[in-house]
Amino acid sequence: MFGLTALELARIQFGFTISFHIIFPAITIGLASYLAVLEGLWLWKRDTVYRDLYHFWSKIFAVNFAMGVVSGLVMAYQFGTNWSYFSAFAGSVTGPLLAYEVLTAFFLEAGFLGVMLFGWNRVGPGLHFFSTIMVALGTLISATWILASNSWMQTPQGFEIVDGIVVPVNWFEVIFNPSFPYRLAHMTIAAYLSTALFVGASAAWHLLRGNDNDRVRTMLSMAMWMLLVTAPIQVVVGDLHGLNTLEHQPAKIAALEGHWENKPGEAVPLNLFGWPDMEAETTRFAVQVPHLGSLILTHSWDGQVPALKDFPPEDRPNSTIVFWTFRIMVGMGLLMLLLGGWALLQRWRGVLYRSRPFLHFATWMGPAGLIAILAGWYTTEIGRQPWIVYGVMRTRDAVSNHSALTMSVTLVIFVVAYLFIFGIGTRYMLKLVGKGPETGEDEPTGGSSSAARPARPLSAAPDHPDATEQARS
Amino acid sequence: MGIDLPVIWAVIIGFGLMMYVVMDGFDLGIGILFPFVGERDDRDVMVNTVAPVWDGNETWLVLGGAGLLAAFPLAYSVILSALYLPLVLMLLGLIWRGVAFEFRFKADEHHKRYWDWAFAGGSYLATFFQGVSLGAFLNGFPMQNGAYAGGALDWITPFGLFTGLGLLVAYALLGCTWLIIKTEGALHERMVALARPITIALVVVIGLVSLWTPLAHPAIAERWFTFPNIVFFSPVPILVLASAWAILHSLGRTPHVAPFVLALFLLFLGYSGLAISLWPNIIPPEVSIREAAAPPQSMGFALVGALFIIPIILAYTAWSYYVFRGKVKAGEGYH
Ligand code: HDD
Ligand code: HEM
Ligand code: HEM
Repeated sequence: MFGLTALELARIQFGFTISFHIIFPAITIGLASYLAVLEGLWLWKRDTVYRDLYHFWSKIFAVNFAMGVVSGLVMAYQFGTNWSYFSAFAGSVTGPLLAYEVLTAFFLEAGFLGVMLFGWNRVGPGLHFFSTIMVALGTLISATWILASNSWMQTPQGFEIVDGIVVPVNWFEVIFNPSFPYRLAHMTIAAYLSTALFVGASAAWHLLRGNDNDRVRTMLSMAMWMLLVTAPIQVVVGDLHGLNTLEHQPAKIAALEGHWENKPGEAVPLNLFGWPDMEAETTRFAVQVPHLGSLILTHSWDGQVPALKDFPPEDRPNSTIVFWTFRIMVGMGLLMLLLGGWALLQRWRGVLYRSRPFLHFATWMGPAGLIAILAGWYTTEIGRQPWIVYGVMRTRDAVSNHSALTMSVTLVIFVVAYLFIFGIGTRYMLKLVGKGPETGEDEPTGGSSSAARPARPLSAAPDHPDATEQARS
Repeated sequence: MGIDLPVIWAVIIGFGLMMYVVMDGFDLGIGILFPFVGERDDRDVMVNTVAPVWDGNETWLVLGGAGLLAAFPLAYSVILSALYLPLVLMLLGLIWRGVAFEFRFKADEHHKRYWDWAFAGGSYLATFFQGVSLGAFLNGFPMQNGAYAGGALDWITPFGLFTGLGLLVAYALLGCTWLIIKTEGALHERMVALARPITIALVVVIGLVSLWTPLAHPAIAERWFTFPNIVFFSPVPILVLASAWAILHSLGRTPHVAPFVLALFLLFLGYSGLAISLWPNIIPPEVSIREAAAPPQSMGFALVGALFIIPIILAYTAWSYYVFRGKVKAGEGYH
């Protein structure tokens, strides 16, 4: 297809399927914790606003979760179907990590999800709260294991190679490899930020349409506090992450800075913008700030860092792409800081729920977290090429022996199915958001009797998102 | 040498896959029965009987995959790349069916029918290609230099297509008997009526597979039909017939849990028949569990977790089924 090799098609297929997957877990992780907080507040303060918000977001959570599960299922098989040489070579490390993820996280999420979504009237409030917490905990444990696995591929340690396969010798070193703590912190915060932006944008959208009530206000307020606190933390964590990467994967940092060569005794400038050209080995149209590169990367006035020309051409990642994906991520991070700060200002001036320019900005920032997550992963993954296990196994040696034809057929199937299914799913989610949180759809008791009440008169179709929309307008 | 890690892991993975067949079997079976039930309300009841538990059921499949990667990376890489196309189609079916659980309640009125078809179609697709993969697995995979050496379409064989159809029947029986437990009224009656022909069809399927496999694979024939094995293994076919008879018999009274339990037992027998045929190979026809095993450091590390955590998983899974016990009534959504 389009003259691409089976290897390139396999890479596109992996990138495509995981890009879709990561969007849903990011929101799952954030919403699960948010729901736990809401339920906790409801049980503590007995303010129905929290209960109503819980019911509202748990419906959106359910749709999102289903999409996360089915897209994740594909990922778990793709290592064997598409990267069989990698699996045979390094499955001894990634396999046990994935197995622990299934045992400690996926089952936990799935086991308590039923009670969380359908059990409001079937178990007591304490047990229900416990189930919500278990689901939230499961999502965080899941992120921990899968990121340990990915980080090991980025910065492998704690193993030997015996008879051509990886043999783990120290599991502590395998799991707590050098990039793992940074990646775990950065990704978890990214998930919380993305969810806060999503919740905040939903609230802002309702306020702009005149749907102003306690529930919508609470949503906006909570989201903006979250943003204010976590966005600056994320910038600091990102900086530390970058410094750590400089130590372990210097070619990646050189590529994402478009930094081609060091002149003896000269400081490294920072390329704000430009167009790294892999053929000409230079960054064209560069807009530079002298010394800033040294300052950020070495925290000194004229320190030097490895440059792309220090690496043989076949070991260089594609600088053109990661230079830009990195800037998109950082740009989004700066916009988040701005939104958080602006919200604080408007709150202090008492116009948080009324200032239209602010509300418009908050609405537009809804997808910013997800965009930053994708851009960040592209930076990380493309920046580690040409290695699949950094410095140990090359990507081209990892791919299964499928023909380009087979790979093209499956890629087309995935693209068509994903765009269709997840496109529609996203539409349903946004329609649910558009419906807005309602009040008093349940008894305030939180239920304790075993008598199941019809929580959803099915034929009356209250779930039809348009129904209430029409009723309201 | 104290503990035999490859054997323990083969048992754990076998157990995980059996849990998968049993649990996802009945919720896929519900999709398979969809075309036989026309009423919208009945379909809602059918879906609601499994809505709170289907995700957990499917997780056993993920455990099977992850366990295989952890304990037998070679088997994972060879089998999965050999079965690439049927697995992609199976995953597609599972995606389609999984989202339909949520989407069919959230869709516009005139789109709901469409998601019902997606739910049924996804269940058929996923089940059929699981069966096809099973057939291809029994047929074995040619290998060279530690990698799969066959073609992309080798799985298309009469035997493979037959096991695909056979699994549809097996899951349909599980779904049907599950619904006998969980429903009442007309839907219940309908399921009792359906259970009879499905049981008979399943016995025929099991019989054909049991004849076909040894005929096509002399090694398997030898395993079963030589003395003294034949004495040890002869209870298997006898028990199959006995439990099928017991299912048909129990349908005649006022059936509740019995048909489902018996159907589980029937499937368990079929499953152990396959295990007898294959042991100790994990990539048929040549590679044994020992040859495909991961380094002991990997198997041991993962085993600690598996032994501690699987009992806990079983406990909270049981609790969740207990919370949602009892018959599901029409109009009673859990949502
Ligand atoms: C940082 C978080 C994160 C990342 C990087 C990944 N996942 Fe994921 N995954 C989750 C966080 C997550 C989650 C939040 O735990 C999900 C989302 C919805 C869910 O059920 O759990 C999930 C679901 C999920 C499922 C379905 C589980 C179930 O049946 O309940 C599988 C099999 C995978 N994932 C596998 C993978 C693989 C093989 C990945 C890498 C290549 C991967 N995930 C990346
Ligand atoms: C979740 C967000 C992720 C995204 C968006 C992402 C994105 C990508 C992209 C775009 C590629 C293709 C790179 C290229 O070919 O130039 C890739 C490759 C790959 N990634 Fe990731 N990745 C993510 C997470 C992970 C995780 C968690 C793992 C492992 C556990 C992983 C393992 C791999 C592997 C095995 C490849 C294929 C070989 C390669 O091209 O390096 N990725 N990913
Ligand atoms: C503005 C300051 C930020 C800085 C300096 C920064 C820095 C970095 C660096 C250097 C990497 C690559 C690490 C590696 O490949 O080893 C990275 C990856 C990533 N970034 Fe950022 N980042 C920032 C903001 C954000 C924001 C706001 C988000 C999302 C909301 C985000 C999400 C991600 C993700 C998901 C990855 C890939 C996973 C990982 O390697 O951690 N980043 N970031």
